[in-house]
Amino acid sequence: MENFGYLFAAYTIIFAVIFIYVMFIWRRQQRLEEDLRGLSRRVDEVDRKAAIKSAS
Amino acid sequence: MLMVAALYMVFLYVPTEAAQGIVQRIFYFHVPCAWVAFAGFGLVAISGVLYLWLGQDVWDDLGYAAAEVGMVFCTLVLITGSIWAKPIWGVWWTWDSRLTTTLLLWLLYGGYLMLRAAANESPNGARLAAVVGIVAALDVPVVIVSVRLWRTIHPAVLVTKQGGHGLQDPRMVTTLLVAMAAFTVLFAWLLMLRFATLRMRARIDRLTLRLALAEAAAQDI
Repeated sequence: MENFGYLFAAYTIIFAVIFIYVMFIWRRQQRLEEDLRGLSRRVDEVDRKAAIKSAS
Repeated sequence: MLMVAALYMVFLYVPTEAAQGIVQRIFYFHVPCAWVAFAGFGLVAISGVLYLWLGQDVWDDLGYAAAEVGMVFCTLVLITGSIWAKPIWGVWWTWDSRLTTTLLLWLLYGGYLMLRAAANESPNGARLAAVVGIVAALDVPVVIVSVRLWRTIHPAVLVTKQGGHGLQDPRMVTTLLVAMAAFTVLFAWLLMLRFATLRMRARIDRLTLRLALAEAAAQDI
């Protein structure tokens, strides 16, 4: 089992880097979802204002 | 499932290599990382050509996603190679032709990603990045044949100077193939995820612009 530490380090780093990258993509998706919710609120606001204006 | 099978084979199925010992098992994930990194950079070049030819944003986004995922795996190639080198060569790094050309590849695509990020939505910046992506891909075949072209201490595992491969046991070949399949699937999944976020970002930016125009028009009424 000589050099097991090197083997362990290599495989740990591989999975750690992949995990960090997946987290990075996941955070970007979360940000996109927030932006979508913001857009949806703005569309509702425009619709509401348009409805008020057309009624008056 | 493929990744679990690959891990099982690397740690329990494949025999230990006689000369290098247990540390040789790094190779079963090091080579697939290199394979998917090269595939990613190849895809950047293909996407770059299609973007320059057709001018469609989809190819620019695909190239960007492929470069980013390729960089993750190229970074892993350099790290795992260095970890393997320490007990075998006694040093973490040496300016060997294979190592140097791989580092050059990493730097080139690092430059591509910085350029592409700085370009943001500018078509000129995206076109320039596409050219850099195509030129950088020329280093991929150089990395592959470097062990045959120059004097090197890097093991020529897949293609030796005498032809054939350097794996002595059929179980080693099977393990490598399973690991390569697992990494190919992982690469495709990460690429798909990243590409989808880039396309979604582009759609949200377009919708934000349209909404801002609609809001301005509504205020004018």
